[in-house]
Amino acid sequence: MPRPIEVSNLSVGYAGVPALENVSFAVDQGEFLGIIGPNGAGKSTLFACMLGLNTQYTGTVRIFGQDIHRSRSPLRKIGYVPQMVHFERNFPITVREVIRLGMWHGVQEERVDEVMRELWIHELADRRIGELSGGQQQRVFIAKAIVNDPQLLILDEPVTGIDQPSMNLFYGILKDLNSNHGITIAWSSHDLDTINMMSSHVVCLNRTLHFHGAAKAFFSDEKLVQIMCKCTDPSECTDHKCDVAEPPPIRNEAS
Amino acid sequence: MVFEVLEYDFMQRALLSGTTIAVLCSVVGMFLVLRRYSLFGDAIAHSSFGGVALGLFMGIYPLWMAYVVSIISAVLITRIREKFDVSGDAAIAVMLSSGIAVALVIIGLAGGFSIDIFSFLFGSILLVSAHDTILVLAMTGSILLVILALFRQILYSTFDEKQAKVSGIHVERINYLVVFMAGLTVVTAIQLVGVLLISALFVIPNVTAMMLGRGFQSTIIISIVISISSVIAGIMLSYSLNIAPAGSIVLLSICMLGASMAAKSTGLFARR
Ligand SMILES: Nc1ncnc2c1ncn2[C@@H]1O[C@H](COP(=O)(O)OP(=O)(O)OP(=O)(O)O)[C@@H](O)[C@H]1O
Ligand SMILES: [Mg+2]
Repeated sequence: MPRPIEVSNLSVGYAGVPALENVSFAVDQGEFLGIIGPNGAGKSTLFACMLGLNTQYTGTVRIFGQDIHRSRSPLRKIGYVPQMVHFERNFPITVREVIRLGMWHGVQEERVDEVMRELWIHELADRRIGELSGGQQQRVFIAKAIVNDPQLLILDEPVTGIDQPSMNLFYGILKDLNSNHGITIAWSSHDLDTINMMSSHVVCLNRTLHFHGAAKAFFSDEKLVQIMCKCTDPSECTDHKCDVAEPPPIRNEAS
Repeated sequence: MVFEVLEYDFMQRALLSGTTIAVLCSVVGMFLVLRRYSLFGDAIAHSSFGGVALGLFMGIYPLWMAYVVSIISAVLITRIREKFDVSGDAAIAVMLSSGIAVALVIIGLAGGFSIDIFSFLFGSILLVSAHDTILVLAMTGSILLVILALFRQILYSTFDEKQAKVSGIHVERINYLVVFMAGLTVVTAIQLVGVLLISALFVIPNVTAMMLGRGFQSTIIISIVISISSVIAGIMLSYSLNIAPAGSIVLLSICMLGASMAAKSTGLFARR
């Protein structure tokens, strides 16, 4: 079985300004990959390339062995929850109808019901999506992403603006999908503690790849964590815990 | 008295094509409204008026010419938006005025037309021929079939383009399809309410329905019901009071919008 994600020598620029440079890493089946990096590091850009949304890149991105630039068929194995969902607040569509959109091969109502129960949104089934709270909406979009039984789930900062109980529920669901259903997950977050708690592997980005490897290796190295994630841009360093002028050499343990 | 009128052929044709157009405009208009394309219908209608003038000038059946011009301008608006980063409302404003400008120039060159031109401006549902009725039925049938076949794709790309793309839908193609169908719908609907009131048919029943319905299915059904009833009542009213049908149809639908706004603000309809 080909690997869910293989990125090699990926470079992306917007109007000549590089957003990602020469990024390479691979993700194995069943991994729970946390992607970290400061604002503007290129996390969303990386996801956009994996999802075929951004094709203006050099290098290759393979999803389940297929070049996403050439073939869109691997998209059918992906469930995606974007960083922000832009939709009309008064769009007349119920929770159930939104989840149905996720089923590309005919609607099976039993499956829709099942997913809604798993995510504790079955009581919201007939409510309009725009009337729900941010956290409830987020769960609906996750339901839509998993209703098709994807093999790879991509979540871009999925917990922004969600309260603690909903977040814990959400983390429980992700853990369950990953360990009991074998779904490979790639997600980004600014919350290092949860990345540490949830992820098996970590990618640390800031335009270039700074670290890729086991989460344990990353988080056990206090200095690495500090340099990578707290003061990636030394000029913005305020607590002066680190005094690096140059980013340290790339450590790429897994691939 | 009301029922005697139904025995007239012209009235049967008017009601049949009127209700068919009502259904079509509700459905197509719903997608336009949700895509923030509410004035799109207006722009296409005005530019297709240029096509009507051209058709009259060249001695071609004006509606055929209007179909051609409306499809061209529908695609053009979308192109301009995509390629030149012009905002939607600006692109629409350009189209709207150029259609009328072209029509005025042609009318001037032709030294004016007969009364014909007014029937396109204000509609002429009581004058539709059997040929027109068949055209309306065929056009509506084919457009609704296409929408039904591609329902999920169209709804998904209307709801959220990005997620629709990720689920493998060719969103750009769907967008063009929607404006293409909107172009056809506009010209089909010109006979009912005329160039000037098209967007009323696209927008008002849908805005009303969005206040009353919750899900997409229920909202579109409500919109169709509102649209059909205002068209039927409007046509009957116009006949018995001898007023222009376009005016009474649109006024009736505005009344329904007002009524549901009032009902809503007094809490008569609580959606939850
Ligand atoms: N559509 C765009 N046009 C131009 N530049 C862009 C565009 N999208 C992103 N960028 C730039 O690319 C860089 C990476 O952005 P990206 O959104 O991928 O970062 P991110 O890591 O997801 O940030 P955040 O944590 O804020 O979500 C940024 O410098 C951003 O300004
Ligand atoms: Mg981002």
